[in-house]
Parts: sequence; C-alpha cells; structure tokens
Amino acid sequence: MTLVLENVQKAFGDVPVLRGIDLTIVPGQMICLIGASGSGKSTLLRCMNLLEPIDDGRILLDGVEISEPGHDPQPVRQRIGMVFQSYNLFPHMTAVENVMLAPRRVHGQSRAALRPRVEPLFARFGLADRMEHYPDQLSGGQQQRVAIIRALAMRPEIMLFDEITSALDPELVGEVLDVLRHLRGEGMTMVLATHEMGFARELADTVCFLDQGRILEAGPPSQIFETPQEARTRAFLSRVL
Amino acid sequence: MGSNPSYPRTKRQIYEARQRRRANLIGGLSTAAVLMAIVLLVPLAPGWAAVKRVFFNGEVFAKTFPGLLNAFLLDIAIFLWCAPLIAVLGLALAIARDLRTPALTPLRLAAVGFIDVFRGLPVILVIYLIGFGIPGLGLPRPWNSPYLWGSLALILVYAAYVAEVIRSGIESVHDSQRNAALSLGLSGSDVMRFVVLPQAIRRVVPANMNLFIALQKDVALLSFIGPVEIFRQAGVYKSLYANFTPYLGAALIFLAITIPATRYADHLMNRQRKARS
Repeated sequence: MTLVLENVQKAFGDVPVLRGIDLTIVPGQMICLIGASGSGKSTLLRCMNLLEPIDDGRILLDGVEISEPGHDPQPVRQRIGMVFQSYNLFPHMTAVENVMLAPRRVHGQSRAALRPRVEPLFARFGLADRMEHYPDQLSGGQQQRVAIIRALAMRPEIMLFDEITSALDPELVGEVLDVLRHLRGEGMTMVLATHEMGFARELADTVCFLDQGRILEAGPPSQIFETPQEARTRAFLSRVL
Repeated sequence: MGSNPSYPRTKRQIYEARQRRRANLIGGLSTAAVLMAIVLLVPLAPGWAAVKRVFFNGEVFAKTFPGLLNAFLLDIAIFLWCAPLIAVLGLALAIARDLRTPALTPLRLAAVGFIDVFRGLPVILVIYLIGFGIPGLGLPRPWNSPYLWGSLALILVYAAYVAEVIRSGIESVHDSQRNAALSLGLSGSDVMRFVVLPQAIRRVVPANMNLFIALQKDVALLSFIGPVEIFRQAGVYKSLYANFTPYLGAALIFLAITIPATRYADHLMNRQRKARS
C-alpha cells in the first residue's frame, strides 16, 4: 500500500487551504504533520480520506487515482482509517456496537463472529470492562481509544489521526499516545496531524511542517526540530516548544 | 450539595429558605384572592343562574358522562389506527425529501409537494374534501366509510407535519457524525439508517408527542363527516336535554388525556435540553 499526493490543491470558496501538497506515504511509515492552526493539516487528512474533494492535483492509492471525480470513495475509506479530534463516537450505541457497526455492514460479519475479534482489541487498549458502556459514560481518553479501535476493526492499511489528543484533558493525553506507540510498534502506517511535538520527535519517521497550505519543510525529526532550515519553521517551533 | 434543604445550615441556605417561604406565601395569597373574587363575583352576573343551569348542570352531567366516555373510545380507536400509519408515512416522507439520487428525483419532488400541500391546508378542509369527496364517487361499502376516508385525511395531514419534524431532527445531527461513519467505509444509506436516523428520531420524540396530542384532539373533527365520536355524541345529548353540560363533560375527558401527555412531553423536552447543555 502506497499513498501518493501530487500537487494537491484545495480552496474553501476563495480561501486557498492547500496550495500544492506533494507527499508519499510508504508502508510502515509514520508521518507527523505539524504547523499552526489553519495551516491545512486537518484538511489534508480529510482530503486523503476523500471526505473533502480536492480541486486540483492527484491522490494515488497503489497507483490508482482515487481523487478522480466520480471515483467511489467507499472502498477507499475501508482501506484508510481515520480518527477525529472530537472522537465522534455514535452516542446511541455502546462502545462495542460502535466498533462492530462497520464490519457488520460492510463485510456482512455477524456480531457473534466479530466479538472474538474485537474483544482482544478492547483488552489490548485497557478497555475490556468498558465494552458495554455508552460514550457518555466514558472519559474523553476512553472515548478516543474506542474511536481508534473502531477504525482498527476495519483492518485499514493506513490510519489518519486528526489532532486526536487536542480535545483531551492533559492527564488523559498519555493514555491515547500510548495506543499510538503501540500501533507504531506493530508497524501500522500512520499520518498524524499533531501538536504533541515531543511525541512527533520520539516516533515519527518524517515530520512535515505545514505553513499556509504548503509543506514548507520536511525531514526526519532530528533535522526539523534541531536544525530547521526555514525561518518560519524556527519561529513556529520557538512558539510551541 | 447533599445537605437537606429543609434543615438549612449555611447562611445562604437560611436566606434562600426564607426567600422561598416568602415567595410561596405571596403566590398563595394572590391566587386565593383571585379565586375568591371569581367565586364571589361571577354568581353576581345577571345571567349566572341560566348559565349554571345550562352549562354546569350536575344532573345532566351524571346522566351523559358514561355515554360520553363510551363515545370517547371511538376517538381513541381512530387515534390508535392513525398514529402508526402517520409515523411510517412521516418517516418515509422525511427520507424521500432528503434523497440525493438523481433517478429518485420524482420521489423527492412528490414528497416536497405532498408536505407543502398538506401542511398548507386547514385540517377540517382536508377532512371535508377527502371525507365527502371520495365516497361521493359512489364506491360500494365498505369503501364509502367516513371512518376510512376521515382517517386518511388525518393521516395525510399529520404525516406531513411529522415528516418536517423528523427532517429537522436529521438536520440537527452534526456533520461530524456523518463524516465519522463515512470514514469507516459505510454506504450513504447505512450512514442514514444506523447513525443519523436513530439520533434524529430520538431528538424529535417530544416534538412528535406534541403533534400526536394535537391529533387526539383533531379526531373530533371527523364528527363533521359522520362518525359519532365524543364531540358528536355531546351534540346529540345537547339536543336531547337542551343543555350544554355534555360539552363540558367532553372537554374534561379530553383534558384528562391531553394534560398529562403534554406535561410528559414537556418533561422529556426539558430532560433533553439538560442532557445536551
């Protein structure tokens, strides 16, 4: 599985949000997108999952142009999982029903067949006793971990994380980052928009600094965090570090 | 928190308890004063004796009340067979109105037209047009029954209202829910069926309850095309006894159903407001 973005452009009305993004994601890679609010990180992830149509450029999944107008987004989204800042669990379903809905409907699997598969996921992320709880009975960190399990249950080949710790109380951030560490250890291909610089530095293969809809600077974390080439990168890092 | 308010301990609790006693006292006194004025002054009106005899006649009330209660069973029966059909048709209309598939455009337009027409007409007019119009075609029994066509008129009108209420519920479900469901690879119709509609319908339960309370009252309108339900029965008694008290009895029977139902709908609405804030 390889995801390639070529000159991706996107505007909301007259406001350009992405102004020519080139990016290649290879299996097992972990890419962190950093940059100020409004720099285009979230929009980029949403375009990769075809939640937003792009205006120009191409997105290729294993050489197939998935961004082509009229291309069926459903099979693409089944291969690309996404987790959102605001969790977005379905409030009328228990945690385990949240997780089983997509495999049930998309793959036609029964609850009975799915349960033995999803139970270990809950156990692995410390939520074995929370499976039958409704979202409003869970803490933010627990909800976000359920949201990650929900995406993983579709066995995606790549996972997109859109600032998934930004809405959490500080003491809950760690438990969600631990899940990401775990996935990293398993070799999951991941793209994260994040404000957790320490985390990006620790685990990312590549850090991309986005500024006004462009990837201004990209490289291994050591380079971006220690010897940034661009003045804007330095200015941003001095504000957040 | 946790302390019993009838045994105030803190300064604030003592103060608030005193304020509450004061408010209750003033409220009680002013209500009693108004009631006293009504009880004392209304009988002084020159026509009171006649009004009392014609509208508040205990003897007529006792004689007609069982018959009214019995006639009300028909109102309830009409309500009970209309309500589920309204719910089903209303839901179908709400979904049809939001269709985006080009091939189904005629269905969408039909739903829009249907809702516009039946929300835009007085209920009684629809009952007359359908209830007199269709049997006027000379259909054989049972197809000329006013129960059938009167009920259909209520179903069409109320389904249009229910459809609009459900649609407002669909629109109130945040886009982030749709996006989350789509990102899992669910189809558009599955997103609607499993994620959007269940939340939308829960949210509009109180609003729909208010509609169904209104429906229970509007069942009385069918009396104009024939069925002897409670309002018609009260009219029969009125003619028989030359007395309006049966209408009062009918009103009390309606209120016995509608006031608790309205209170319950309000209670549900308050609970939702609290849950969401």
